[in-house]
Amino acid sequence: MLKKFLALTICSVLVVPLVQANEVNLYSARKEALIKPVLDQFSAQSGIKVNLITGDADALISRIANEGKFSPADMLVTTDVGRLVRAKELGLLQAVQSEEIERQVPTHLRDADQQWIALTIRARPIMYAPERVDVKQLTTMEELTDARFKGRICVRSSSNIYNQSMVSAMIEQLGEENTLNWAKGLVANFARPPKGGDRDQIKAVAAGQCDIAIANTYYLAGMLNSADSQEVEAANKVKVLWPNQGDRGTHINISGAGITRHAPNKANAQALLDFMLSKEAQAWYAEHNGEYPLRSDVEQSDVLKSFGEFKAENIPLDKVGAQNATALKLMDKAGWK
Amino acid sequence: MLTIGPALVLALPVLVVLLSLLQPQWQVWQHLAETVLSDYVKNSLILAFGVGAGTLVLGTCLAWCCHHYEFWGRRPLQWLLLLPLAMPAYIIAYSYTGLLDFAGPLQTALREVFGWGYGDYWFPEIRSLHGAILMLVLVLYPYVFMLAKTAFREQSQSLLEVSRVAGLSPFAHFVKVAVPLARPAILTGTALAMMEALADYGTVQYFGISTFTTGIFRTWFGLGNGLAAAQLSALLCSFVLLLLLLERWSRRKVRYFHLGGQHQVKRVPASGFKALWLWLFCALPVTLGFLLPVCMLIHWAWLTAEGHWNSRFLALAWNSFSLAALAALVILLVALIFAYARRLSASRWVHAPVTLVAMGYAIPGTVIAVGTMVPLVWFDKTLDALMQSWLGISTGLLLSGTVFALILAYAVRFLAVALHQVEAGLERIKPSMDQAGRTLGLSPQGVLTRIHLPLLTPSLLGALLLVFVDVLKELPATLILRPFNFDTLAIRAYEMASDERLADAALPALTILLVGIFPVIILSRAIEKATSMETADA
Repeated sequence: MLKKFLALTICSVLVVPLVQANEVNLYSARKEALIKPVLDQFSAQSGIKVNLITGDADALISRIANEGKFSPADMLVTTDVGRLVRAKELGLLQAVQSEEIERQVPTHLRDADQQWIALTIRARPIMYAPERVDVKQLTTMEELTDARFKGRICVRSSSNIYNQSMVSAMIEQLGEENTLNWAKGLVANFARPPKGGDRDQIKAVAAGQCDIAIANTYYLAGMLNSADSQEVEAANKVKVLWPNQGDRGTHINISGAGITRHAPNKANAQALLDFMLSKEAQAWYAEHNGEYPLRSDVEQSDVLKSFGEFKAENIPLDKVGAQNATALKLMDKAGWK
Repeated sequence: MLTIGPALVLALPVLVVLLSLLQPQWQVWQHLAETVLSDYVKNSLILAFGVGAGTLVLGTCLAWCCHHYEFWGRRPLQWLLLLPLAMPAYIIAYSYTGLLDFAGPLQTALREVFGWGYGDYWFPEIRSLHGAILMLVLVLYPYVFMLAKTAFREQSQSLLEVSRVAGLSPFAHFVKVAVPLARPAILTGTALAMMEALADYGTVQYFGISTFTTGIFRTWFGLGNGLAAAQLSALLCSFVLLLLLLERWSRRKVRYFHLGGQHQVKRVPASGFKALWLWLFCALPVTLGFLLPVCMLIHWAWLTAEGHWNSRFLALAWNSFSLAALAALVILLVALIFAYARRLSASRWVHAPVTLVAMGYAIPGTVIAVGTMVPLVWFDKTLDALMQSWLGISTGLLLSGTVFALILAYAVRFLAVALHQVEAGLERIKPSMDQAGRTLGLSPQGVLTRIHLPLLTPSLLGALLLVFVDVLKELPATLILRPFNFDTLAIRAYEMASDERLADAALPALTILLVGIFPVIILSRAIEKATSMETADA
């Protein structure tokens, strides 16, 4: 009797997921506001329902790891490459093959084993106050350590993943020792101890607290499109400088995604991944969040065009992700708070 | 047994954190010790003690002003002073930064008026350790205020008369008689504020201060070492254990019980200059801790309102409210059971696990969340294996990723708040009252319902209020443990703010306050009523 009752209860619990089989479960480190509209478009087109949990990438990764083979997650979306590399290292992802990926995603922007791919590109250039900085004298990140920039540079904390990835990429290209010296030199030129986010650095440049900041472009784009007139005003006082155009190119990071190893709805996840590479999804990110599309046939927004064309780093991104811990320790040693 | 079982279940997440110590990560620790660990320890201690001192002084003085004096506007101020409770610390930090930062409106205006440039003038830096202490004091002082006010209220009026006869000035009476007698309540409030300060992540992270909590996340996310991060949390736990022991030790020497023979509180009327001074003193924390940041939020919300205000917003508000209310009730019930178990038993087996759970209050929410996930998933997997072999059915994840998981995490995180309140309430009930009740023919249940319940009501309502507001503001555990498609106001506000879209975060933040204010007002009135009834009865 008890067994029957239990079996019945359990069956009724299990029937629910069976009925709603045409769905896909997404764990996203992208905030809801920056993914839901795209997911809604996907659902409208495909009839596949998307269930969403947003959160910090590492928290989501440890949730997938803990849930193991029972994890409902089909797909993990993150806003930087380091987390994707970590998820792969933990054996949480599986390889994906699709024509769309082959066509749209350059090889250095996807995992060597196809376990994750980039969805959009985010650039991290120098931003400066044009009336106080002579840009003819400034063409590389390395020059930021010059004594003439003492007390003139604002950067956010080394706890931030964008800085960690930037330093990781440097370690990969310049070596650990050179990068450590660079970080020490940069810290010596800080206008203030790191605080706030990228927008705060841009605002500090606009207000004159410092002359140079390092920040992701979409923050500046967001400020230019802000409802707050003060933000727009501040953003207009700042210009973008693309460093290292003569050599390795400007540092870029990605937002990306991978399909989980135990994905219960793999086919749907694959369809969603392809959709994220579609023209309309790529255009949405370019338009609404000032990120650079992977596809060349997507028109960049006017704001992005105003920042100008640039040459990007083209080292394989999985190498950047692998250096993350080294980068953080290096920044600790350099005194980068 | 009724206690030990649930206490052990609730202690599991904390144990998961502590057990990490069994696999020491020497390399990481060596690196931390060489570079940043001393900063973590130093800043965390300064923050905790700064917030402790600030809330203690401010909360106690405010409580005394509202208790001892009668002045124009005292009644509304009394509950207005509780409003900062509903303000999440990270939101007040964002608002003040927006207002006071170098690029903010105030400094920009100063520069325009006086023609100053960068470095020409001195202005206090809000994003500093001092700033963080100030922000946290402004939102945490109500803990002390609430508890101290109740404690003062329960002091016999005759004490004041005795002091007067003995030639003590009102101030001397406050310092030498009222405060020492209210010490357990005041210290409980202070300890809660300090634990909250130790667990704070949002504010210190935004202000760029390296503390234990930011260190935990750096180690976990940046170095990718979850074990070492858990070990840092365990070290944080030891701070808290020390704090809890200190608090207990300070209470040990004396047992404080409810004094009989009270009269209605007779407030000393204040007028003229003194009344103005009192009014200003009480209005200042309300203004700084609530009104000013709210004005900033309203300004931002005004700019962005049209884009956000839709029917989904109501769903968010309902999620937040119902979750907080449910969690508060469950946690109160658990706290009540634990508090009675500790009162009735001297056994170490009862005390130790409860103390362990109470430590959860100072562990950052994300760490608690992972600590909760581990035993829950283990349970689900074991059950699944059992079902597979028994019935041939896979049950999958039954508890993980449900509201149950959330409530469990909240219980671990906030039990301390409810427990402290309930225990502070219970401590004021003399055991002789129980005995008298029994002598007069009451059953043990009768003692509970006829004597304890009425006397405890203010403390219970207080516990309900604090936990409700805490859950409403809670972020990291909710973020990681919640079920699919389940959002709360705090999550919405945080997502906007962490994308540095402060203006877009304003509307959800305001709604948190709105949802939080009504219970604060209703419950604080109920507490007021219950206390005054009790005082009148006695």
